[in-house]
Amino acid sequence: MERLGIVYWLKHFGWKLAGVILVLYSVIAGLTIDVPELPLVAQSIRNVFFHVCMWFSMIAVFFYAVFCSLRYLASAREDDDVKALEAVHTGLFFGAAGIVTGMLWAKFTWGSYWVNDPKLNGAAVSMLAYLAYLVLRQSVSSTALRARLAAVYNIFAFVLLVVFVVILPRVTDGSLHPGSADETPFAVAKMQPNMYPVFMSATLGWILTGFWIVNIRVRMALLKNKLK
Amino acid sequence: MLQHIKHLIIKDLRIEWRQKHALGGALLYIISTVFICYLALQRMIDLRVWSALFWIIIVFVGINSVSRSFLMESRKRYYYYQTITSPGAFIMGKTGYNNALMSILSLLTYLAYSLFFRDLIQSQLLFLATLILGSMGLSSMLTMTSAIAWKAGSSLSLVAILSFPLALPMLTILIKLTKMAGGLFNTAEALKFLLILLLLNIIINILSYILFPFIWKD
Repeated sequence: MERLGIVYWLKHFGWKLAGVILVLYSVIAGLTIDVPELPLVAQSIRNVFFHVCMWFSMIAVFFYAVFCSLRYLASAREDDDVKALEAVHTGLFFGAAGIVTGMLWAKFTWGSYWVNDPKLNGAAVSMLAYLAYLVLRQSVSSTALRARLAAVYNIFAFVLLVVFVVILPRVTDGSLHPGSADETPFAVAKMQPNMYPVFMSATLGWILTGFWIVNIRVRMALLKNKLK
Repeated sequence: MLQHIKHLIIKDLRIEWRQKHALGGALLYIISTVFICYLALQRMIDLRVWSALFWIIIVFVGINSVSRSFLMESRKRYYYYQTITSPGAFIMGKTGYNNALMSILSLLTYLAYSLFFRDLIQSQLLFLATLILGSMGLSSMLTMTSAIAWKAGSSLSLVAILSFPLALPMLTILIKLTKMAGGLFNTAEALKFLLILLLLNIIINILSYILFPFIWKD
């Protein structure tokens, strides 16, 4: 009987369905709505619906990874370690997608694939740190020790990276990204009213999809561990 | 606790003194790296190159000397530590020792560096404060990463892989401060960056103190 309850439905299907609908909406609307013709940026402004949400999703799953690592250190349950690892895998995927979409956009608007910008450098450093996390995992054979060391490194690195992201814009002179020079949180301030809902649904949709990917990967990994 | 830390630091000093070849190796490493840079560049072009090269040398000197402090510990001695002291005292002792070692090594690097190249630093006071705070921060961070790598059973290369991404936040501030010390600067702004550096030091030490017990146990 419990399987028919609304809570069960929301918990197991609702949020995934919402993620799919929001992403679909953002893709279709993102390609079709009217956008302002800004100089230089022109139609490439539509990339804001595809590029920016990758970073938000990456940050969300990395937060989740750190949360799982903290929980692992408190409980020493193997599931939490698997969750942290799969969240890191998914976050790296989103980071790579964010870098590729950003590089293409940068080539069209700023003239080169890589520019010296605090946001770009911060993203690159966090990717390096999480790749180092994967290398660390590869080099330990004992499961419990690997989980413990990986959790410790994850928390240590995450705190330092957060500090880095906070201080970096103050060390570098200015940023090409909107919302850095002035105090507005992000590009929203410069968006047309009709772009705002599409942007929000892209962000929320991709975050939900990201957690769905983590969810599936965790289930696969746990099944694989059981088979061993 | 403080007594434990003091004795652990003295113990590390004694071990270091008995293995003078390792200390000599570190000095030789500094001189030869600086000399290679000198041969490659002949003369220093500008402050940007000066500070970039200087901090790269410092990071490598740090990785080499700090990772040794864990790699030289034998398994048997480690079990002995586990019976006589707490993880917090152990990591703080290691960190304190490495802070001192790294500060001395980076001062020597600065000396060698300004012997070969022109000393481009205008404000010695600001630069020395940067150098000491920077080498303390870097060595605290390296102590923690080399503890992880040591427990993972790996050697130097893993220490380097784990530390580079985490050294970058500090290096950006250090290079910024070095550029300030080499030219005109605003005292209030310089103090702000030194304060950030100090805060980073404190954050790293607190994190090591909290997280090391999880590495400590077998």
